[in-house]
Amino acid sequence: MPKNESLKKILVLGSGAIKIGEAGEFDYSGSQCLKAIHEDGIKSVLINPNIATIQTDTRFADQVYLLPVNPKYVESIIEKERPDGIMLAYGGQTALNCGVKLEEAEVLKKYDVSVLGTQVQGIKNTEDRQLFKDQMKEAGVPVLKSKTVTNFDDAKKVAEELAYPVIIRVAYTLGGRGGGIAHNEIELHEIVERGLKASLVGQVLIEEYIGHWKQIEYEVMQDYDGNNVIVCNMENVLSMKVHTGDNIVVAPSQTIDNHEYHMLRSAALRATKHVGIVGECNIQYALDADSDRYVAIEINPRLSRSSALASKATGYPLAYMSAKIGLGYNLSELVNRITKSTTACFEPSLDYVVCKHPRWDFSKFELVNRKLGVTMKSVGEVMAVGRTFEESLQKAIRMLDIGNDGLVLNRANGKKYTEEEIENKLSHHDDQILYNVAIALKMGISVDRIYKLSAIDPWFIEKIQNIVNTESHLKESELDESMMWEAKKMGFSDKQIARVKEKTPDEVREIRKKLGVIPAVKQIDTLAAEWPAVTNYLYLTYGGYSSDIDVSPDEKGIVVVGAGPYRIGSSVEFDWGTVNMVWGLQENGEKNVSVVNCNPETVSTDYDICTRLYFEELTQERILDITEFENPKGIITCVGGQTANNLTPSLAERGINILGTSAIDVDRAEDRSKFSAELDKLHIQQPKWQAFSNLNEAKNFAQEVGFPVIVRPSYVLSGAAMKVVWSQDELKTYVKEATDVSPDHPVVISKFMLNSLEVDVDGISNGKEVVIGAIVEHIDSAGVHSGDAMMCIPPWRLNNKIIETINDYTKKIALTFNVKGPFNLQFLIHDDHVYVIELNIRASRSMPFVSKLVKTNLISLASKAILDKPLPKIPENKWQKIHNYGIKVPQFSFMQLDGADIALGVEMQSTGEAACFGDSFYDALSKGLTSVGYNLPDKGTALVTVGGATNKEKLLPTIAKLKHLGFKILATEHTAEFFEEKIGDVEIVHKISEPERKPNISDLLYEKKIDFIINIPSTLSLEKYVGMLDDEYQIRRKALELGIPVLTTIELADSFVKTLEWLQHNETTKNPIEPYDVVE
Amino acid sequence: MVGYTEALTDPSYNGQILTLTYPLVGNYGVPDPTVTDEDGISKFFESDKMQIRGLVVHELSLTASHWNLAMTLDEWMHNEKVPGISGVDTRAITKKLRSSGVMMAALVVSDEEIDVEKVKKELAESPHYNSEQFMDSVSTKTEKIYGDDKEIVVVIDTGAKNAIVRNVRELGYKAIVVPWNTSYEKIMSYNPKGVVLSSGPGDPQKCPATIDTAKQLISNNVPTLGICLGAQIIGIAGNTETYKLKYGHRGQNKPCVNLETNQVYVTSQNHGYGIKPESLEKSEFNLWFTNADDKTVEGIRHKTKNCIAVQFHPEAAPGPFDCKYVFEELKKLMEK
Repeated sequence: MPKNESLKKILVLGSGAIKIGEAGEFDYSGSQCLKAIHEDGIKSVLINPNIATIQTDTRFADQVYLLPVNPKYVESIIEKERPDGIMLAYGGQTALNCGVKLEEAEVLKKYDVSVLGTQVQGIKNTEDRQLFKDQMKEAGVPVLKSKTVTNFDDAKKVAEELAYPVIIRVAYTLGGRGGGIAHNEIELHEIVERGLKASLVGQVLIEEYIGHWKQIEYEVMQDYDGNNVIVCNMENVLSMKVHTGDNIVVAPSQTIDNHEYHMLRSAALRATKHVGIVGECNIQYALDADSDRYVAIEINPRLSRSSALASKATGYPLAYMSAKIGLGYNLSELVNRITKSTTACFEPSLDYVVCKHPRWDFSKFELVNRKLGVTMKSVGEVMAVGRTFEESLQKAIRMLDIGNDGLVLNRANGKKYTEEEIENKLSHHDDQILYNVAIALKMGISVDRIYKLSAIDPWFIEKIQNIVNTESHLKESELDESMMWEAKKMGFSDKQIARVKEKTPDEVREIRKKLGVIPAVKQIDTLAAEWPAVTNYLYLTYGGYSSDIDVSPDEKGIVVVGAGPYRIGSSVEFDWGTVNMVWGLQENGEKNVSVVNCNPETVSTDYDICTRLYFEELTQERILDITEFENPKGIITCVGGQTANNLTPSLAERGINILGTSAIDVDRAEDRSKFSAELDKLHIQQPKWQAFSNLNEAKNFAQEVGFPVIVRPSYVLSGAAMKVVWSQDELKTYVKEATDVSPDHPVVISKFMLNSLEVDVDGISNGKEVVIGAIVEHIDSAGVHSGDAMMCIPPWRLNNKIIETINDYTKKIALTFNVKGPFNLQFLIHDDHVYVIELNIRASRSMPFVSKLVKTNLISLASKAILDKPLPKIPENKWQKIHNYGIKVPQFSFMQLDGADIALGVEMQSTGEAACFGDSFYDALSKGLTSVGYNLPDKGTALVTVGGATNKEKLLPTIAKLKHLGFKILATEHTAEFFEEKIGDVEIVHKISEPERKPNISDLLYEKKIDFIINIPSTLSLEKYVGMLDDEYQIRRKALELGIPVLTTIELADSFVKTLEWLQHNETTKNPIEPYDVVE
Repeated sequence: MVGYTEALTDPSYNGQILTLTYPLVGNYGVPDPTVTDEDGISKFFESDKMQIRGLVVHELSLTASHWNLAMTLDEWMHNEKVPGISGVDTRAITKKLRSSGVMMAALVVSDEEIDVEKVKKELAESPHYNSEQFMDSVSTKTEKIYGDDKEIVVVIDTGAKNAIVRNVRELGYKAIVVPWNTSYEKIMSYNPKGVVLSSGPGDPQKCPATIDTAKQLISNNVPTLGICLGAQIIGIAGNTETYKLKYGHRGQNKPCVNLETNQVYVTSQNHGYGIKPESLEKSEFNLWFTNADDKTVEGIRHKTKNCIAVQFHPEAAPGPFDCKYVFEELKKLMEK
């Protein structure tokens, strides 16, 4: 069937802000979908408040609305735009759930909008647990013994029938949110209650537990005619014990045989045909390790993290093809995007091993439980391609950028455990599990024993054994050619080899090259070299002796270094920067622009974007390998966040031409003493600071300026190991931590100024001219990390004199540091004085936000600056003349992280952000808050609990307003006392830690009698460290688990309440964003 | 990445050195060759021995992990006395085969430096694959009977895989496997409901006796299914021509379109020869299946007689089960 000609305009729903379980993969799938629509001459409309994405540039979509993806807003856009069709499969669970609600409310029927691809009934067939089971039985696909329940009593009965342990799964949720394994009735109670609340339909499933089974997934494509193929299969190294999002995954599967592979394949095709998938879906199986018994666990009737991985693992663009199918094409009418001659109706064959490794950021969260289980906790992932499993695994570990050079021979020596300790660690997976397997092997524990404890298939353990063996060979043998090949084929980096041989990595590199041991560049071509493929999708491996392609010596291109895995502090905004830099360079006449990146959830790793895509490590060694192969005229490291930026000095030292700001100038900005000296010369103030290398100096300094102080290493982004420190004891702890993160750079402490405002400036310079993108004001007070703070353009609390000073400082600093490209400056405003906190000579987190609001693509300007071209004339203070307000709001994922505290601090904790524009501050803010999941009630009950007398005083007008708006106010004893006296009508409620006293917060929360909570913790006092705040923590945590908004800063509480007030008299605006202004 | 046990015992690979594109081989080991189903057919193997002459892989898994394994691939090759080599850039070899076509090759092991020129000379002097007659080594010498159902399907063994016999049994027929050169009369003496011409190695022109039999099967309207080599033989018997493909179709991921339904199926293939598309026009056949990638002939159906043939392997093993329904098509012809 060819394209459906009746489609003229299609609405695509995005996934909103990045959260655990819904990350940048949906920017990739959404962008591919929009591209597929655009190619067919159909108009597209996108709704997605995630401003840092490529899809919300107006390049692929005809209209972009930065609005919450919820039925109310989507309906208003349907009414306005009148699309013929809607795509629900490209915006994760958020879009899917919204689509189901729209259908149920008959909105789609009312406006005659057809769902393209899998129909809502098909979605329900997979999402509703009972329906799914029935459907699978009809299709002859076995499922686990289980039962759906809607209350605890039934759950208990079922659990007893199935026998403990049982697993609890939540219907209509993402990232396995709210699920868990219960070993007894007490655990069952907790998980079931939580799950019922998290579920959109108030259902949970109680199921037999099969943690030791293999976890296998298939990606299926199916068209309207019922043609279907499997694009990729994958195997999870950590078995069924661990959520697939947190699992280490290999593609293709490694330990199943032909019979099992095809048994599961056929079942996948039967199952998806039966439920009615049109487009792409993912089916997940558990397969017994001791027989061929299997069960289908779930089907995701949409693009997913796995499908993004499968696309990158095979070169088959699933989202693009799926969108084409949605438009009516059948599979055999579509062409393989890599060969450009064979059909898309085929099954890719791989001649390499792909290893996906999750990135966890547990260290960012206080109190968090690091155990891995059925709830996803990772914030990002990397994908490594190699020709042995060992090579892929060790590459993946390096790609994570967590300071490890591989599975063994790392800087920090492996911990020592007793046999009992290690056995316990092997049976309870945490983020160290594979390192622990290596340690266990070194301790002489047998493969079989490790398998029994860990449920990791012996095949994978044997591979880890190979790595351990190679480590000891390295220790014993001469570093000759065969040793070198062995080590490199096993994925060892020069750094690891250097460590064991007590040489420098440079010396190892030199020896290695002399021995002729260099990696080959191979293509990812979907068909294992069987057909000629003109593909530019590449990886490097030591599992081969000849490269698939040549780069002609006179083809002097540019290599752009991407941002690596998503993590807290480096998310989709840096992918936006990378892709826009590539486009900018191309638009300025550069023909050969290659990209290096290793994150499968990105648009930058779409091979359509650039001349050559290297799916590779962002390490010095690998970048050197690539530049030696490419021989480019230069590389760009200023758009990939700190991972790329950190490579700048070492690459420059090794003769690589860094395009943009020179390595020397970057160093002048990153090295605190040099930076400070320059500021002194310019007579620009900064908070008191000092670099130190020993604890005593640090203690003396802190004493002198007085606590609190901020401790941080230089050269580290997003406040990794950055802490506000309140006492000498703490100082000792954090100095150690900071030195661990950044051993090669000095540690800095500076005075932490209470009660000040923070301001960001994003700009571009070419060394002669400076373009200021915008001055961005933080709504939260200084001390809340800039990545967690709400931000506003234009600033609303700064007077003209301050703005002038900031403008002046910005220009002076950019020129002093010879910035050529993007930069970001952070200021602190205290008592009307302007202080500079730091200069980052690279793309910043806020650049997409600034670019889209001000309609000036800063990265596009940066590409001109980098190429030494004059900057276009941008009107002076253009950002001040914009009629819109733009507000960026952080998205948190605390729910996923058992035990994490949601009180904000100087360490960044948010996983993503949304931004909305509006005619007024509150117009933008109300949409922003809704976008990240806040419910904005027009009446109801608020619980207020505030620590410290100053905070209470500050919050008084807010609470008075709340009361005036008609909200009922509950408060804990001391807080109530204060507000009762000032405004009256405040009801006392009792702490969770005193359950016998009624009314108790705990009961009210569970009974949903509280609509939101204002809980201002006394972080800014010594109390925090005396452990008095456990009760506040309890409130925040419980509320979070029950999905009740908690406002933890005074500024947020105040803005929230004013927004509620505004909404009582106003409607939010729903305008599309305007495209970037064309420059020159 | 799966299916080496099946491929290595597939008689179609007889006489060949096989190189595998997937870099890790032997991960799940090799099952017990002595295990048979209730009919006495080997449960996991496609014939009673390893058929290839040599194996080339990137990495051989020296340890293996699977509930069903009896030995490692290395042990099996050692037992079967078939040489292999690992540590090879198999992607580079694949590309060479893709551009230069399948070629004669030698596996040489030596402690001393290998004299490549000498090996090349020896290779040039050895009998060429194209000229080899495989039927003596792959076909059964005597008739073999599987099952005790009343009605009979005869399988002409030009190197049949066990999976073909298993599929015939699954249809509910007694299977009688006969040598490749069994005469039409002899076949008809079993009073079969239908006949399957099996897959097998080499050039179909090297099986004149089978071609003769096929001609008579067609003219007497005996329900017949040809598979792979069997399809080429049927093609020749019905006036089409065959040719040698540059590097053949080998793999489990080959898309084919059933032109009668316009549905696309993923098939398992292993053939170096094929039916010339342009020769179909003057023949007795209609095109039934076509390869979605290169539009080669993947299946034919006789214009008037009860005869069908497919170039791919509907019996799978290794590969997908999508086209098992081809056996059902034979059944329909037999029940007509």
